[in-house]
Amino acid sequence: MSIADAPKTPPGSAPGSPGTGITRRQVWGLFWLVLAALFIWLVFADWPDWVKNILLSKKAFLSACLNGLTLAGLYFLVASGFTLVFGLMRNVNLAHGSLYLLGAYIGYEIADRTGYWLLGVLGAFLILSVVGLLMQVVVFRRLEGDDLRQTLVTIGISIIAADLMLAVWTGGTYQILIPDWLAGAIKLPIVTAVRSNGSIVLLSYPFFRLVVLALAIVIGIGLWLMLNKTRVGMMIRAGVDDREMLSASGTNVHLIFAVVFAIGAGLAGLAGVIGGSALSVAPGEDVRYLLASLVVVIVGGMGSITGAAIGALIIGLAEQIGLVYFPTYGVVLTFVIMVVTLAIRPQGIMGKSQ
Amino acid sequence: MRIHRRTLLALALATGLTAPAMAVAQAEDIKIGVLATFEGAFTVLGEDGERGALTALDEVGGMAAGNKIVVVRGSSDASPDSAIRAARKLVEQDGVKILVGPLSGDEGIAVKDYAKTQPGVTFINGSSAAQDTTLRDPAENFFRFSTDGAQWMAGLGTYAYNEKGYKNVAVVAEDYSFPYTQVFGFMAEFCKAGGKVPSKSWVPIGNKDYSSVIAAIPDDVDAVYVALGGADAVNFLTQFQQSGGEAPLIGGSITVDQTVLTSKGRLRDVLIGTPAAGPTADTNDTPEWNAFVEAYKKQEGAFPSPSLFAHAYYIGMKAALLALEETGGKLDDDGANFRKVLSSLSFETPTGKVSLDKNRNAIADIYLTEVTEGPDGNLLNKLIKVVPQVNQTLGIDEAEFLALGAVSRENPSCP
Repeated sequence: MSIADAPKTPPGSAPGSPGTGITRRQVWGLFWLVLAALFIWLVFADWPDWVKNILLSKKAFLSACLNGLTLAGLYFLVASGFTLVFGLMRNVNLAHGSLYLLGAYIGYEIADRTGYWLLGVLGAFLILSVVGLLMQVVVFRRLEGDDLRQTLVTIGISIIAADLMLAVWTGGTYQILIPDWLAGAIKLPIVTAVRSNGSIVLLSYPFFRLVVLALAIVIGIGLWLMLNKTRVGMMIRAGVDDREMLSASGTNVHLIFAVVFAIGAGLAGLAGVIGGSALSVAPGEDVRYLLASLVVVIVGGMGSITGAAIGALIIGLAEQIGLVYFPTYGVVLTFVIMVVTLAIRPQGIMGKSQ
Repeated sequence: MRIHRRTLLALALATGLTAPAMAVAQAEDIKIGVLATFEGAFTVLGEDGERGALTALDEVGGMAAGNKIVVVRGSSDASPDSAIRAARKLVEQDGVKILVGPLSGDEGIAVKDYAKTQPGVTFINGSSAAQDTTLRDPAENFFRFSTDGAQWMAGLGTYAYNEKGYKNVAVVAEDYSFPYTQVFGFMAEFCKAGGKVPSKSWVPIGNKDYSSVIAAIPDDVDAVYVALGGADAVNFLTQFQQSGGEAPLIGGSITVDQTVLTSKGRLRDVLIGTPAAGPTADTNDTPEWNAFVEAYKKQEGAFPSPSLFAHAYYIGMKAALLALEETGGKLDDDGANFRKVLSSLSFETPTGKVSLDKNRNAIADIYLTEVTEGPDGNLLNKLIKVVPQVNQTLGIDEAEFLALGAVSRENPSCP
């Protein structure tokens, strides 16, 4: 629209301009290609000793990568709801972590009483959707347009919710039992070592983790389709871009808000059950996942589902690889990524500058 | 006008809330601060610590030398700064002259340093068990009746090497002073016996996802020594089971404690048969221990058997009460006489005789245990052996022990 969008063709042959034989885009393409080739080699090759010296063992490296992916899946489930709510309502819901924890506890109760894990997942999603709906209708609608008060109220809700949950479920650590058909480890067709007698050792990996990853991908695609291919999605995107204009064109913005909040809260609850099954449920999780969602969304870009996926991927991988290779400073790595993102691209990787 | 009325209302409410608290604390009452982790990853541990302290108090009917004891709670989240904040609140706002706590290793070192700035207040350790809380640069007014993490490991390294036949052991432990101390205690014996520790993984406290750490454990080790606590231990053990881990485990003191053994999930498959050592054993059959278990169980929400946190806080509180009884409840000389009595205190506990060394660190019995299934299907630490009267230098000459260096990620090392 403006001069900024016009192709940059400064006089002379500055790097990146056509005529020097290779464009900036091609350089990046080449870079990613080399990186991908290197990664594929790392996955399938029999490692020489010098690689082992740097990266411990193949098993450790590949497991860290896979764990990073599955953790990213979990982070994406939590952060996607968070980013939707923010994008649409310009409201940082700092009680999002509490929704996660409440979902986990509710999922535990349902799964424990009925014996059906899937029922727990579904129940947590539905109940938390209703909770989210109530929060929007009873609390946020009254404070509309008052960002500071909304933020403070959500902090208040999260503190009260944390103490109430501590009173009901005590400080114990809960583990949501997954059904037998999801438990156990499976062998992946990746050779990690060759024994001296010539037999090969395959990488074994917990099956449930792969299910988490698959679920996150399915939900991610589902959200993307909903946002980009349906009428409701169109309205939500319009609301993200210009709320007032959408409202002026006759759409019931409040209904859209309520739907988005319900989906966001439901996803947090669902993630709670998944996270509580793959890892565990204990007080303090609410803050941890709130912080993770914040970092993911800041890195990925506020209000963008694709951004949440990219942010979750970066943070998940960084956390797991950091844990294996430099555990003491691994925690810092996440925040270094956040700081660098804020310095170079304050709106986040997929965020729109305003 | 409206704001004015609201302010008045708030003021009235605030006074209304604080007034009863002021009325309770009368001149004759002695306030004892109990500092434990009532928030964060170690919440369960802190709650059980408090149960232990209250058990000691209930034994004497809440009175010492005719004075009513008032317990003031202080909450931390296992981080040193939160412990200092809670300790300052208890000492400087609530005005306690005796403080029992804190719970966790780094907290202990921080509170010890804070104790130096408050010479008129007596600090009695809860369950924090880092070595340097009392070994190097101790505080005059900090007492530990609950022994340290290296003492707790007495007998385990030799047992793992000789009886279990483990030659190569990998270590997974949290990255702070208490697990350093535990690993030190274990390796001191294990390496001396001839064992090797080729890999040590230090993970941040509160870590959730251990699968990458589990994958990084070398395949050729005979066993894995795990020193994680509370939710961390539950997470590790569950994921170890999920990823098909086959190596047997050796437990740090709080890894196979009741706080972990009672949690729900598929832990038991990997835990049964795990040897460990610590200041308590669930199947201890002495009348003193059984009486303690009965008294403990009267507390609300108690475990089937007291955790070592309940035990440590019990011992600390008990020492405070015994010394108060002896001094007639007088703390008016800034507690100097009270501390003198504490220093020379030697008393029978549910786990044998406890006395203090010159650094005010306890000398006590340590229990070598193994996880077994109890009669009701619950998991218990079965008593294997009692190591009598372990001191802080593990029976080694003090100068020689200090020359081994301070515990850290790298020290000791026998790859």
